[in-house]
Amino acid sequence: MSVTATPLDRRPGATAAVRASAPRRRRRAGLVPTAVLLLGAAYCLLPVAWVLVASTKSSRELFSTFTFLPGTGLADNLSALSAYRDGVYWRWMLNSLFYAGFGALLSTAVSAISGYALAKYRFRGREAIFNVLLTGVLMPPVILAIPQYLLMAKAGLADSYLSVLLPSVLAPYGIYLARIYAAAAVPDEVVEAARVDGAREWRIFRTVALPVMLPGLVTVFLFQFVAIWNNFLLPFIMLGDDEKFPVTLGLFTLLQQGASAPALYTLVITGAMLAIMPLIALFLVIQRFWSLDLLSGAVKS
Amino acid sequence: MPPSPTAARRTRRLAPYGFLVPAVVLFAATFALPIGYALYLSFRKIEVKGLGLGRGARGETWAGLSNYASVLSDTELLHGAARILGYGAIVVPVMLGLALLFALMLDARRTRLRGFSRLAIFLPYAVPGVVAALLWGFLYLPSLSPVHYALGALGLPEPDLLNGGALFGALANVAVWGGTGFNMIVIYTSLRAVPAEIYEAARIDGCSELQIALRVKIPTVAPALVLTFFFSMIATFQVFGEPMTLKGMTNSISTTWSPLMKVYQDAFVRGDLHSAAATSVVIAVVTLVLSFGFLRAANSRTRQEAS
Repeated sequence: MSVTATPLDRRPGATAAVRASAPRRRRRAGLVPTAVLLLGAAYCLLPVAWVLVASTKSSRELFSTFTFLPGTGLADNLSALSAYRDGVYWRWMLNSLFYAGFGALLSTAVSAISGYALAKYRFRGREAIFNVLLTGVLMPPVILAIPQYLLMAKAGLADSYLSVLLPSVLAPYGIYLARIYAAAAVPDEVVEAARVDGAREWRIFRTVALPVMLPGLVTVFLFQFVAIWNNFLLPFIMLGDDEKFPVTLGLFTLLQQGASAPALYTLVITGAMLAIMPLIALFLVIQRFWSLDLLSGAVKS
Repeated sequence: MPPSPTAARRTRRLAPYGFLVPAVVLFAATFALPIGYALYLSFRKIEVKGLGLGRGARGETWAGLSNYASVLSDTELLHGAARILGYGAIVVPVMLGLALLFALMLDARRTRLRGFSRLAIFLPYAVPGVVAALLWGFLYLPSLSPVHYALGALGLPEPDLLNGGALFGALANVAVWGGTGFNMIVIYTSLRAVPAEIYEAARIDGCSELQIALRVKIPTVAPALVLTFFFSMIATFQVFGEPMTLKGMTNSISTTWSPLMKVYQDAFVRGDLHSAAATSVVIAVVTLVLSFGFLRAANSRTRQEAS
């Protein structure tokens, strides 16, 4: 941090010299970052491009033609995947959508109301409650997974939709983000004015705070949606019946079977392609009106 | 009718507690209770009476520290921990190094196609770890990999990516691919929070863009780097889905490759819940001690530099 406050050199000659050499240097500097970033982009897009191409190949083409040469089997692969065990794949997709969509919705509601309470009220135990809730971020899921399963089993909930849904609802990071958004977006004067008008606390939250927190809450929702959609450990431990599997677990079991029956590989590849497309499409669409920066708690002033 | 002033004050005092009820109840049910239960289990064991036949022949009793003693002397677990250290030693520096590099490049003045690159590098965040492992797993297979294809075409020896030392690189690559984009966004956000005048001042002083990056920007984002390092470490200790997925493609990943896989194996395949609980408590404690130790060290260093 020592460089920030260096005194400016105001001699005219020095400034002119810097100015003269600057444009050339800058143009060169523009090439290097662009090239580095494009290399990074190529690396990140490689497997996605591959799965798009590979899903068009038939079983025979998969192992015989060049990696990035499109094949002729896309329609066959799609119908084979849909026919596999009476369309269980689409059931997995619906399950994933349910776990992630409904779970993220509940999660956002809990985060919103907790974040609002923590940001806009002064009360005894506020920081203690906040810190305890935040330790959830640090608690490794491993120590939770086994006892969660055993407790679910005792409650007769093992291998049920609820067993995957319930542990996904509390999102410490979501509460943290919601607290930041509430502190930044909800003006104290408006809350006070609503109180003077005789509005109840719950009504103030719903009609005053919630609407202005909404852009931030979209971020909490997306964050939690992705986290639940990508989760593997929890459903892997909780579920036994593959009718209730999310798509991650379904593809995993399909791949394990593929080790003994390579014909299933094309199904796995087509399934993987279809599984990643919804989220990629989602991010492509929403980035027009939603900034990635919000994910790390940046608040526009 | 509006509520009376005293009643209003009371509801106002109680309202935040009411608003926090859902979070606290969920915390108790899905965090606190399971952790307590895991601790309890880790001090219990199954005791077999007599020949172990008939009803009541198997009961639970207190085990003292015996589960912990056997966990800490378990060589397979130690090997797993060593494998994870090797794996983490690749993942964390490479991932954060790339994330920092890309963030700095995004922040550089004359960068083209910024929006495209940022989104493309971030995209793997939307791909589940299991699916990422699956996609890369296929790309590692000699009969599918473009790397093998290119090397073969050039007449060079083709590496076996799923065995020996290369396996660590192969697994690390999956994590690096999946995590770089998110960390890049965190670092980039903290870079942009720096007022532009600071850079202007450094430029007028004749600093090159490289000097600005090294001497102004990197110190500025140090807190973001500490945070991303912290979370990467926690994630590394718990790697599970990725090696589980690649296990289906190679014989060199055992069922106890990572400590977490061993916990799963103990609990659900061998049916020894008590030793699995003790192992998971040990993993959690080691994770927390290492990560908080790191945070403390990082904090005291920043304080020293500031003074």
